[in-house]
Amino acid sequence: MSKIELTRNPFIKNTLKSRYPQLAVFIVMLVGYIFAILAGLLGTPVGSHNFSIVFVWIAWWGILILVAVPFFGRGWCAVCPIPLPGEWLQRGAVLSPPDKRPKWLNLRWPKALRNIWLQNISFLLLALFSSVLLTTPNITGIVLAAMLFAAIGLSTVFERRSFCRYLCPVGGFIGLCSQTAPIELRIKDKQVCVTCDGKPCYNGSQSGYGCPWDVFPGGLTKNTHCGLCMECIRTCPHDNIAINLRPFSDDLAKPSRRIDEAFKAFIILGSAMIYAGVLLGPWGTLKDATYNVGTSTWFMYVIIFLAMIFVILPGFFALGILQTKSILPLKQRFASLTNSLIPLGLMFWVAFSLSFVLTNASYILAALSDPLGLGWNLFGTASAAWQPMLTSILAPMQILALVGGLIWSARTAQKAANEARTSSIPVIVYCFIVTLVMLWLLV
Amino acid sequence: MKSRFILLLLIMTGLVVAFAPLPVQPNAPQERTFRVEAGQFAYSPSELKVNPGDLVAIQLVSTDVVHGLYVDGYDISIEADPGQTKTLSFVADKPGSFRFRCNVTCGAMHPFMIGKLIVGSNNWFIRSIGLAALATIGVIVSVKQKT
Repeated sequence: MSKIELTRNPFIKNTLKSRYPQLAVFIVMLVGYIFAILAGLLGTPVGSHNFSIVFVWIAWWGILILVAVPFFGRGWCAVCPIPLPGEWLQRGAVLSPPDKRPKWLNLRWPKALRNIWLQNISFLLLALFSSVLLTTPNITGIVLAAMLFAAIGLSTVFERRSFCRYLCPVGGFIGLCSQTAPIELRIKDKQVCVTCDGKPCYNGSQSGYGCPWDVFPGGLTKNTHCGLCMECIRTCPHDNIAINLRPFSDDLAKPSRRIDEAFKAFIILGSAMIYAGVLLGPWGTLKDATYNVGTSTWFMYVIIFLAMIFVILPGFFALGILQTKSILPLKQRFASLTNSLIPLGLMFWVAFSLSFVLTNASYILAALSDPLGLGWNLFGTASAAWQPMLTSILAPMQILALVGGLIWSARTAQKAANEARTSSIPVIVYCFIVTLVMLWLLV
Repeated sequence: MKSRFILLLLIMTGLVVAFAPLPVQPNAPQERTFRVEAGQFAYSPSELKVNPGDLVAIQLVSTDVVHGLYVDGYDISIEADPGQTKTLSFVADKPGSFRFRCNVTCGAMHPFMIGKLIVGSNNWFIRSIGLAALATIGVIVSVKQKT
């Protein structure tokens, strides 16, 4: 299947070029985000009746994992409200570039931190407290507020969207998985970029801002760090930027050899497996251990969680590929072949989220009418009863997701192995084994 | 041509694995009674195994706050006040593995208060192992063909 340029359609192109449609969505998202913070801090402590828990961890998470990431990659980042206040402050404008920009520090992000290790750490930090975070409204409120203020703070010190690019706990996850999405932003003709004066897509111009994600679109070959903010479509004087529809996981045919991204793949895979066991399993002792933060059992959980992600999963993976021959040294082969785990990791999260979201989605109606749990009934749905949805077809859907993910990853492993001139069979067998574990946990 | 034939064969085998009836051990239906204690945020015992056709009675005893028990797939539920015992009776006429979960908000970890009811064998799990194995073999065969 070849690529289809969506921006050839004048309606799509004009909608993306104009700042107003995106601003309208931004404002709705920002209002919702601030309301989620307030609901978390001021509303009922009962999570299943509080807007912050229900809309963030059920509605938003469900849409993100089941729709946005698989089909639109970083589509969520294009409308995420977290960087907005900081960015507006940094730019001194809400819409087009102003004549005079405010004088913030505008520093370059430190070179040693230009990777996704901080995102790996921030994701793991949230993951280790996830039982509390997912169920306690005021903790969710505090974390959402902390992310907003961190983004504002970083915008006044560092240039562009440093928070999104290097710190956002969800950003690294979405970025890596966005490589599987059937949508991309790319240049049309490389030569046009080579001869372009001033590179306004990266440096900015009167038409728009330089890439907020610190990416030069002319060199873009993967979705990982492109936030789909559409700024380069506005600034390119040669109409050389396109949004394309493409085959799924096109980026993974050219695997990355970055070790920070390799470990992100294990974080995605491992955390889905741990959550499936802890949150959806029948083991009460495990649930207690994850919820009672600071106790000895919680520390045991932390050790097991980190060992699983940094030792057990990568250890078995490395052992599997150790004996294979390749033109690449082991470290590069390890990083390169790890890319194959990304589709499986995404599908692990899809299978986990299906169970979590479908059984709890009915809380959305009640929380819509009574978002703070104060006895309101704004839309007449406050007394909507809890009712799990589609539980009779949940298992087949999860099997479809997991076996589909296994095939997807195995096929990706074939391509990655061809690149590294090595055998894909150890990776395929590894994918099979972890899929069996996930099937046992979920089905 | 050969690879198309193999693909067709794998798809056909996959359909058989997914939908063919599995052999069942004939067991005369029995009356099965379980005393299940519900406390924040777990059931004890948390896994119940019965045979298809059994008449199941779950005596739910709540040890702290009000708890409930809702069985996925069967769409039946019960609630018990602290110290009280309530009984949920039903015929286990749907084979497979089903989660049961608390249906009364009972505290922070309430959405994750979950147990498991296994009626006969967990057919979906058995089929899923077959499908995963078949998928793996299929991809490995295609790798071997290309090399």
